[in-house]
Amino acid sequence: MKTAILVFPGTNREHDMAAAVRSVSGKDPMMVWHAETEIPEADLIILPGGFSYGDYLRSGAIAARSPIVADLLEKAKQGVRILGVCNGFQILTETGILPGALMRNAGLTFICKETKLRVERDDTIFTSSYKKGQVMRCPVAHHDGNFFADDDTLKMLEDEGRVLFRYCDAAGEASAEANINGSRNNIAGIMNARGTILGMMPHPENLIEDLHGGLDGRGLFESLLEKVA
Amino acid sequence: MSKNEPQITPELIAAHGLKPEEYDHILELIGREPTFTEFGIFSAMWNEHCSYKSSKKWLRTLPTKGPRVLQGPGENAGVVDIDDGQTVVFKMESHNHPSYIEPYQGAATGVGGILRDVFTMGARPVAAMNSLRFGEPDHERTRHVLSGVVAGVGGYGNSFGVPTVGGEVSFHASYNGNCLVNAFAAGLADADKIFLSEAKGVGMPVVYLGAKTGRDGVGGATMASAEFDDDSEEKRPTVQVGDPFSEKRLMEATLELMKTGAVIAIQDMGAAGLTCSAVEMGAKGNLGIDLDLDKVPNREENMTPYEMMLSESQERMLMVLHPEKREAAEAVFRKWELDFAECGLTTDTLRFRIFHQGEMVADLPIKELGDEAPEYDRPWVETPKTPKLDNATVDAPKNLMDSLVALIGSKNLCSRRWVWEQYDTMIQGNTKQRPGGDAGVIRVDGTKKGLAFTVDVTPRYCKADPFEGGKQAVAESWRNLNAVGAEPLATTDNLNFGNPEKPEIMGQFVGCIKGVGAACEALDMPIVSGNVSLYNETSGEAILPTPAIGAVGLLPDVDVAIGNAFVAEHEVIVLIGGHGTQMGQSTYLAELFGREEGAPPPVDLELEKKNGTFVREAIRAGTITAAHDISDGGLGITVAEMAIRSGLGCTIELPAQDPHIAFYAEDQARYVVTCCKDTANALLAQAEKAGVQAGVIGLIEGDKFSVAGHGSVAVSSLSEAHENWLPAYMAQ
Repeated sequence: MKTAILVFPGTNREHDMAAAVRSVSGKDPMMVWHAETEIPEADLIILPGGFSYGDYLRSGAIAARSPIVADLLEKAKQGVRILGVCNGFQILTETGILPGALMRNAGLTFICKETKLRVERDDTIFTSSYKKGQVMRCPVAHHDGNFFADDDTLKMLEDEGRVLFRYCDAAGEASAEANINGSRNNIAGIMNARGTILGMMPHPENLIEDLHGGLDGRGLFESLLEKVA
Repeated sequence: MSKNEPQITPELIAAHGLKPEEYDHILELIGREPTFTEFGIFSAMWNEHCSYKSSKKWLRTLPTKGPRVLQGPGENAGVVDIDDGQTVVFKMESHNHPSYIEPYQGAATGVGGILRDVFTMGARPVAAMNSLRFGEPDHERTRHVLSGVVAGVGGYGNSFGVPTVGGEVSFHASYNGNCLVNAFAAGLADADKIFLSEAKGVGMPVVYLGAKTGRDGVGGATMASAEFDDDSEEKRPTVQVGDPFSEKRLMEATLELMKTGAVIAIQDMGAAGLTCSAVEMGAKGNLGIDLDLDKVPNREENMTPYEMMLSESQERMLMVLHPEKREAAEAVFRKWELDFAECGLTTDTLRFRIFHQGEMVADLPIKELGDEAPEYDRPWVETPKTPKLDNATVDAPKNLMDSLVALIGSKNLCSRRWVWEQYDTMIQGNTKQRPGGDAGVIRVDGTKKGLAFTVDVTPRYCKADPFEGGKQAVAESWRNLNAVGAEPLATTDNLNFGNPEKPEIMGQFVGCIKGVGAACEALDMPIVSGNVSLYNETSGEAILPTPAIGAVGLLPDVDVAIGNAFVAEHEVIVLIGGHGTQMGQSTYLAELFGREEGAPPPVDLELEKKNGTFVREAIRAGTITAAHDISDGGLGITVAEMAIRSGLGCTIELPAQDPHIAFYAEDQARYVVTCCKDTANALLAQAEKAGVQAGVIGLIEGDKFSVAGHGSVAVSSLSEAHENWLPAYMAQ
C-alpha cells in the first residue's frame, strides 16, 4: 500500500502526518511537491495541515490553483482515497472536491486545544476502527475552522450521512458549548458522496502515541491503511 | 559622492541617537566628514541595540563556558551538546518597543527574528517560548497591547510551524507605557553541521536571499535605543511587518541550501539589516566587503542607499557562498520562490564599500565599525538594601481558604490558558508537556531523548534587591527543569532595563548581572546567548528590572518526565525544603494588600543545587509521581495548582503558629512532590541521607482542598476562579 502526502509552500504538518502513517503502516509515505503535475501511483493521498501560501486571499484558495491539483481532481474522480486535514480540508473545499467552506472561527482567535468528537458512522473506510456514537479525543489547531454550507447543502450532507465527526461534549452531546468554532451542526469532518474522500479540521495525527497523551487518533489511520492495504 | 544629501547637523546627529562625542570619534576614525549613507551605517552599528555599548563591560563577566557549550555568545544563537552528535541551538530576544507601538506586528516580527537566528545556525526550530509583561489591567492600553501581542506571537509561530511549549505573562504598573515581549526559540542541529557568520576567502560571492527590501523598519534599532515619550505613536512606520509564509520558505530553502555544501558564512538580516549582517561577516573573517546596491532586490522604487542599508525588512539573509556551487544554490531558492541576488564580494581590503548607480557611497574601515564602537563604563550606584519585612506586619486573612481562592484568581496567578490556547503547542508531534507545566518538554525527534524549556524572572524581587533577584531568576529556572526530571544544561538571558544613563538604573543592571552570573556559575548553567534591551522607560518612568532567563534541560529518556498535576488518590504529598517564613515582596502581599515591600527571599545556591539534584534523581528513579516548584504564591498556590490540574483534592497540615505565613511564604529551593504511600518512607530516608529537608504534609483525597483546622474549598471552585479571570478580563 502506498501513501502520497502533498506538500505546498507553507504546509507545516507534513512531518506529523508522515509520522502517523509510518507509525500505523510501518511504511514511509511519498512526499509530493505542489509544482509536480502528477501524483505518483498511491492508494491514499493526504493533504496535511499548515498555512499554504500563508493563508493569503483565503485559507487554501491559492493552493487550490497549484499545478498538482489538476491531477488531484483526476484522482478524486477515479475514486482514489483522499484525506484532507485542517488546511488540507480547506484546500479540498476550495477545489470543489468537497462542499462548503471554512470560515474564521466564531471567536475570531486561533484555537489549539484538545476537543471531543462524536463519531457518526463506523461503516466507512475512514471510521471502521471506531464505534458509531463513540466519543473520541482529538486536538485542533486552526484559525479558520468554522464550517459553513448553505441550507440545501447542509441537508444533503446530513441526509446522505456524510458527516463523520461532530464537536461534542464528554457525554457525546453536540452542544453549542462544545462547538469550538461556530461550525454549522457542529461539523468537524465530512466526506464525499462516494465515501472515498474525507475532509476534517481536527488533527488525529497529533494523538497517536503515549507521548501525545492518548491514542484516539490512531483509529482513523488504522481504518484507512487497513482498508487500502 | 552624492551631492543631494542632507547636511549632517547636530540635530541630525541627535536624531540618529548619536552623542556629539561619538560623532567626533567617527570624524577621527575616517579622517573626513561621512557621507549621509556612511553616517546612517555608523548610527546603525553604534546604537545601543547593536553595539551593547553600555552593557558589554558587564556582559563579559557572565560565565559562558562549560563542557557542553559548543558556541557561546557572539553568534546568532548559542549551541549546546545534547549527546550523540546532536546539539540544541537557542536564544532569546526582545521586541519591546515595536510591540508597544504596533502590538501585532511588533510581536510577530519578534518571533520571526528569533526563529531566523536559530535556523541561520543550521538548526531546525523545534520549540518556542515567550515572556510577556503588560501594564496594570485597568490601564487603557493594556487589553489592546495584550490581545495584539498574543495574536502576533501566535500568528507568526503557528504559521511558521513551531510549537510554543512555555512562557510567562504578568501584569505590573511599571509596564503601563512599555510592555515587554521576549521571544525564545530553540532548534536542533548536528554538531558537525553548525553554520557561523565568519566569512572566509577573498573574492567569494556575497549573496542576498529571501524577501525584498522595503522602507519598513528604517531606523528601528535606533528607536529601540531610546526612551518613549508622548510622540512615540508617530514611530509606527519604523515597525517592520512580518510574513511568516516567507520565513517558512526561507527556512526550508536555507536548510536545503546548507546541505549542498554551498554556504561558507551566513548571517540573517535583523536589526540594522544589510549593514549589520555585512559588517559582521566581514569583520569576523578579517575581510572587506563590497556591496552593489543596484543588485539588491527592492520592494519599493527609488530607494536611497541610506534606506537600503538601514531597512529592517524581514525574512532576509546574507550569505557568502562557494562560487562553484552558485547555480545549485540559486536553484534551491528559485524552487521556494525567493529572491536570490549576488550583490557583492569579499575583499582583502578590510573596507566596507557600498556602490550605488556607479558611485561609491560609502567606504569605511570594517573592523572599526564593529570593534571600535563606543563602549561605556557607565556610572552606577548600588541599589540600597531593603530591610527584611517584619512578619508581624503581615495580616492573616480572615479565612485562609477564601484568601486562596482570591489569590489563585488574581491577575498574576490566574491561568494563562486564554493566551496559550492561541498558540500551536503540538505541531511537529513531539510535545510531551504543553504550557501549564513547570517546564515545556519535547522529544528530540527520532530519539528517546527529551528537552525541557523554561523562562523565568520575578521583577519585583529584582527591584528590591537586584543581586538576589538576578540569582532567583536563574534558580527558579533551575527548579523548573529539575521538576520535570531534566538536567539543566545552559541558559540564555534577555536583560530588560530602563535608561542606563541613570546611575540607579545602571546599578540595577549591574546588580542583576552579578546575581545572574553567580547563580549560573554555581548551578553550572552557562549563558550561551542573550540580548539586552535598555531604555525601557516612558516619560522618565522605568520598568521593573527584568532579566528574563530562558533555560534548557536534557532528559536521556523523555518518558521519565513527570508533570505537576496530582496523579492518584491516596498518594502522599511531600514538602521538600521545609516550611517558609519569607514574606518580603510576596505575591500574597502584592496581590491582596497592594504591598510590594521588604527584601525578597534570599537564594542559597548550594541549597538549590542540593534540593534540585535530589528531586531530579528521585524522578529519574521513578520514586516521585508529580513535582511542582514553589515560587509565586508559596506552598498554598503550589498545592492548589497541582489539585486544579488534576481535579483531585487533598488534605494538608500547616504549622500551628502563623499558618498563613507557611502557606504563602516564598522561600526558595523548595518543591512539592507526590509519591505512593509505600515509597514515602524510602523517599524520606533518601532525603535524610542527602541532607535534604523533606516531610509529609498531606494526602491526596476527595475533591476538596482542605487545610486541617482551616476548612476546605472545592477544587472546582479554585479551578473556576483560576480559569475565569483572564477570559473575563479580555471579554470586557
